[in-house]
Amino acid sequence: MVNMGPQHPSTHGVFRMVLWVDGERIVDAEPHIGYLHRGSEKLCEGELYPQIITLFDRLDYLANYNMELAFCATVEKIMGITVPDRAEYIRVILCELNRISSHMLFYGTMGLDAGAMTPIMYGFRERERIQNLFEAVSGARMMHNYFRIGGLREDPPDDFAERVAGILPALAQGIEEGDKLLTYNEVFLARSRGIGVLSGQEALDYGLSGPSLRASGIPDDIRVIEPYSVYDRFDFDIPVGNNGDTWDRYAMRVEEMRQSLRIVEQALEQMPDDGPIKAAGVRAIPRPPEGEVYFRIETPRGEMGVYLVSDGGDKPYRLKVRPPSFANLQALRPMLRGVYIADAVMILGSLDIVLGEVDR
Amino acid sequence: MILLIPLAVVLAGLVSIVVLAIGYGGEDVALLLGKALALLSILSVVVLSLTWVERKALARIQQRMGPMRVGPYGLLQPIADGLKLLIKEDIMPAWVDRPIYWMAPLAVFVPSFMVWLTMPFSSSLVLRDMELGLLYVLAMSVLSIIGLIMAGWGSANKYGVIGGLRSAAQLISYEIPLIVIAITIAMMAGTLNLTEIATGQGNTWYVLMQPLALVIFLLAGLAEVGRSPFDIFQAESEVVGGPFIEYSGAHWSIFFLGEYINTFLVAALITIFFLGGWSGPLLPEVAWFLIKCYIVILVMFWLRGTMPRLRIDQLMAFGWQGLVPLSFLNFLMVAFAMFYGWPDWVQTVLSLTMLITASTFLYLKTASKKVRPTVRLIPAREVRRA
Repeated sequence: MVNMGPQHPSTHGVFRMVLWVDGERIVDAEPHIGYLHRGSEKLCEGELYPQIITLFDRLDYLANYNMELAFCATVEKIMGITVPDRAEYIRVILCELNRISSHMLFYGTMGLDAGAMTPIMYGFRERERIQNLFEAVSGARMMHNYFRIGGLREDPPDDFAERVAGILPALAQGIEEGDKLLTYNEVFLARSRGIGVLSGQEALDYGLSGPSLRASGIPDDIRVIEPYSVYDRFDFDIPVGNNGDTWDRYAMRVEEMRQSLRIVEQALEQMPDDGPIKAAGVRAIPRPPEGEVYFRIETPRGEMGVYLVSDGGDKPYRLKVRPPSFANLQALRPMLRGVYIADAVMILGSLDIVLGEVDR
Repeated sequence: MILLIPLAVVLAGLVSIVVLAIGYGGEDVALLLGKALALLSILSVVVLSLTWVERKALARIQQRMGPMRVGPYGLLQPIADGLKLLIKEDIMPAWVDRPIYWMAPLAVFVPSFMVWLTMPFSSSLVLRDMELGLLYVLAMSVLSIIGLIMAGWGSANKYGVIGGLRSAAQLISYEIPLIVIAITIAMMAGTLNLTEIATGQGNTWYVLMQPLALVIFLLAGLAEVGRSPFDIFQAESEVVGGPFIEYSGAHWSIFFLGEYINTFLVAALITIFFLGGWSGPLLPEVAWFLIKCYIVILVMFWLRGTMPRLRIDQLMAFGWQGLVPLSFLNFLMVAFAMFYGWPDWVQTVLSLTMLITASTFLYLKTASKKVRPTVRLIPAREVRRA
């Protein structure tokens, strides 16, 4: 019996799993979650709506803009607010860039899990470009608190469009370089192919979403099947895997970065140069009408759903988060049975969990 | 404990005196001790430089600058690191098996140091030029396995035990091709004396006749010192340092020292066996020897910067199904060539053919056994329509 985590370099946070091993083989595995539980959902009940945005920043701390979007869009849905176009485009650009930066970190840590130390440096180089842009836009590199119910906090810098356009070629090149470095490396292929296979039906049964589900061959992307924001105006491809193994889950993310770039390019073209960035008539402290609503978006990790019950007050009556990583993590145990210890690290890495949203 | 360093020095000194005394008989003890200490300090300097070179080389590969703060171009960084390790608190978990925990670093370090008693730096610069030098080197280098298992077991840590057992499996498997290649070289040179092996090559370095042997020796050597892509026994992302998991401060620095000395040893052996040792124009012999060693070491760092790690079963398969049969084939080839007196170029051709065949086979086996995996792209438009 080996205790892996919560202090283990490749459990990506404070995840802990107990492995029953026979030599190098894993007989059974039991994930233990909850080390990062902060009671976010309960905290939301005591905060005013605008204050909750900061709590959402801290759920998936690698995709903060996506988290903010999930919450803001939920409240907008229940209140029936239409967000101005310019704000929507800026949101999409930021979210997609955020997706790239999140996948870049995944790419690096996947390399580390496999024992290669160079990919993470490549990943962080690209992340740095994006983070600098985020810093210019929101003033913060991680906890942005930039989206508002009905729009954005403030206009981005005047040269926002040029800056985004400026980093795109570099990002595209960085993605290709990273792809060349790791994707078809013989050792990496040997380590990741045929490991942790999930069939499409199993993946659906375990409630997987996002790239981890698409790797199993199911073209399910909320940006497409249930478009939110302005995603129905873009033309992009959904990468789908053939085998549902660790390599496929990895390759999904690499390909998604390219598709995100395409979306950003199109969004830059379509974005109106000026216009309001906040819907008119939204009070500083909104009071959504009584009722309940469920809204979901596609974060870098999968389906992020927010279930909001409002009693008409300035604070939610109840707020439930359906985090993608938590659901994806459920498939870990069956995948770990019978593999080697070294594979366990790869499989866990390929699910790309963020403990901030698993434990909430 | 900081006391461990002098202890190691004293132990290494004592052992080397014993070895030297057996061979010489009647030489001045103080002189021997002095020589042993000089060797130790040379090796320490080499290790310090290696850590700097490794960090700089990796940084180069990873588009970083590496250490830049301490001294010009971070040249003094290894010294700062060493000092940090020495004055760091040495944590010993309460449940360790104390004697074994204490002995383990020495059991790794002392053999790796003693190997160097007979390693020549140039045709004249060698502490003790043994007739059976090669045998001695191989015998000594195997000993460090015990230290690794002791470290894993003594730490009373599950990761340590896994790592220790991994290291035993890995090191013993890769010892075989290493030794077979060494025997091949000894056959070609007709001697076990390392100096004579190096000088005997003249201008036709063995790498020209035995490229396959060089590749096998380099790979087995990498596995032997546990460097990437064969660093599975100390895999950071799996067993978190393996046998070294519970060690810190001075204890750990002794392991570290031993490990880098071993890395340098592999590079030096490759230089002596295949690259003509210290032969080269203009520069002094020692300089050529070090230049060649560092080039070999840079190749190792390059591999480390670009390769992921193999899994234990793949590692064992690669060793037993790949390197071991190949090394025996190579051995047979050399035996035939020497028995029938084939010219050198025949060996070169045969060796290259085998190398190319083996690598092609390996490539085909891994890459196209199944179809190269790809990603399907489904346009969002189609999904929307459906």
